[in-house]
Amino acid sequence: MNLWQFMLQNQAEVLRLTGEHLWLVGVSTFIAVLIGIPLGILITRWPILNKPVLGSANIIQTIPSLALFGFLLPAPWIGARADRLAILALTLYALLPVIRNTYAGIKGVDPAILEAGRGMGLTDRQLLVQVELPLSLGVIIAGVRVATVISVGLATIAAAIGAGGLGEYIFRGLAMVNNAVILAGAIPAAALALLADFTLGWLEKRLQPR
Amino acid sequence: METSRDHQPAIEFRNVSYALNGHSILQNLSLQIQRGETLVLLGRSGSGKTTALKLINHLLQPTAGEIFVDDRSTRDWDVIRLRRMIGYVIQEVGLFPHFTVERNVALVPTIENWAAERIHQRVQELLRLVGLDPQIAARYPRQLSGGQRQRVGVARALAADPPILLMDEPFGALDPLTRAELQKEFLGLQERLSKTIVFVTHDFREALRVGTRIALLEAGRLVTVQPQAEFLASKEPLVMAYKNAFDGNPVMGRGEP
Repeated sequence: MNLWQFMLQNQAEVLRLTGEHLWLVGVSTFIAVLIGIPLGILITRWPILNKPVLGSANIIQTIPSLALFGFLLPAPWIGARADRLAILALTLYALLPVIRNTYAGIKGVDPAILEAGRGMGLTDRQLLVQVELPLSLGVIIAGVRVATVISVGLATIAAAIGAGGLGEYIFRGLAMVNNAVILAGAIPAAALALLADFTLGWLEKRLQPR
Repeated sequence: METSRDHQPAIEFRNVSYALNGHSILQNLSLQIQRGETLVLLGRSGSGKTTALKLINHLLQPTAGEIFVDDRSTRDWDVIRLRRMIGYVIQEVGLFPHFTVERNVALVPTIENWAAERIHQRVQELLRLVGLDPQIAARYPRQLSGGQRQRVGVARALAADPPILLMDEPFGALDPLTRAELQKEFLGLQERLSKTIVFVTHDFREALRVGTRIALLEAGRLVTVQPQAEFLASKEPLVMAYKNAFDGNPVMGRGEP
C-alpha cells in the first residue's frame, strides 16, 4: 500500500492526529508566550536576573526530550494525563527562544530613541508599552516562530508517552517497518512546520518597525 | 508686570560634580541660567557639556552639589513632572520610527491627556512654526530628510509649551547649508518664544551665532562664562585658541545673516 492510498483510507484518523498535533503545539506555544515575554521584559529591568533566567532556559533545552517526558511523569496532576505532560514539556522547550528574543528585541531599541522618550518625561511603563514593545515586536515574533517550528517537530515524540499527534504514525510505522505509515506522520508534520514558519514569517515582516 | 520670581535664575548649578566609575566628568560647576536667555555650553568632546545638560532634566544624578530648576532642587522634583516642563532635543533626534510625524509631535500633549482636537491644532501650529508643511503630519520619520527630521524634533520638544528647552548639538548631523538655515530659524523662534534655552555645541561659530551667553567647558571645568560680545573679545587663552582654530573663516556675530 503506498502513502496516498494509506492516507486516503485513513482520512479521518489523519485529520484527528493533525488536530491533536496542532492542539499540543498551539497550547504549549501560547503558554510559552504568556510566560516568556514577561520574563524577557523582566530581565531587561533587572539585569541581575538575566543570567539565572536565560541559563535555566538554556539548560532545559539541553535535556533530551524523551528524558524530559520521563522526568515530568511523577509530577502531580500534570503526570496524570499524557497530553498535559506533553504540553508542559513543549512549553519548557519553547521558553528559551521566546525569552531570548524578547530580551534581545528590547535591548536592540536605538538608545537615542529611549533617551529622547525618557527626557520628555515618559514613565518606564509608557516607554515599554509605547516604544520598546512595538519596536521589538518583529524580533519577538521571530522568537515565537522558532519556538513553534521546533515544537512541531518535538511534538511527534509526544506519541511515545501516548499523547497522540502525528508521531503516532511515525512510531507505528517504525514498529511495522512500513515507510508509508512513517511518511503519513512525517509529511503532514513537515507541512505544519512549513505553514507555521511561513505564517509567522509573514507576521514578523508586517510588524517590523518601519 | 514683574514679580520677584522673574529675577530668580531659571536653572542654577551649585558646586555640581559628576563622576562615573570613579572617573570625574564634571568638577565643581557653578552656573546660573537666567529666564529667557540662550546659554551655550561650548566645549570639545569629553568636556562635560552633554553631562551638564543631562543633569538638568535628571537623566543623570549629580555625585555632589545640586541643580535648581525654578528654585527647586532636581532631587526634590517629581522627575516626570520636571521633564515634561523641559523640552529636549538631541542630535540623533530620537523620533519614534513607528509613529507618524503627528504622533511624534503630539507625544507629550497626548500623555498629558489633552483633548484630541486641541492636540491636532497644536501639531498643525507647531509644524508651521518650525517651517514645515502641515501636510507632512501623516508621514513617518524615515520618509523625511535630515533637516525635516530635526525640525520635527524641535516641534516635538515645544509641543507642551515648556518654559525651558535643552538642545544637545541639535544641528550637528546636518549639512552646512541646512545647518545655517536651521540656525537662522532658531534665532527667529527664540525671539518669538523667549524660552530659557541651554544649547550644547562644539562649534565655536554656532556658539557665537545662537548664544546670548557662552560658557566654555574644558575637561569637566568651567573656563569662563560671558555674554556673546565679551566672549568674542576675551583674552582667555582657550578662547583665543578656539578663535585661531577658526581663523581664515570669518566669524559671524549673532543676528548677522
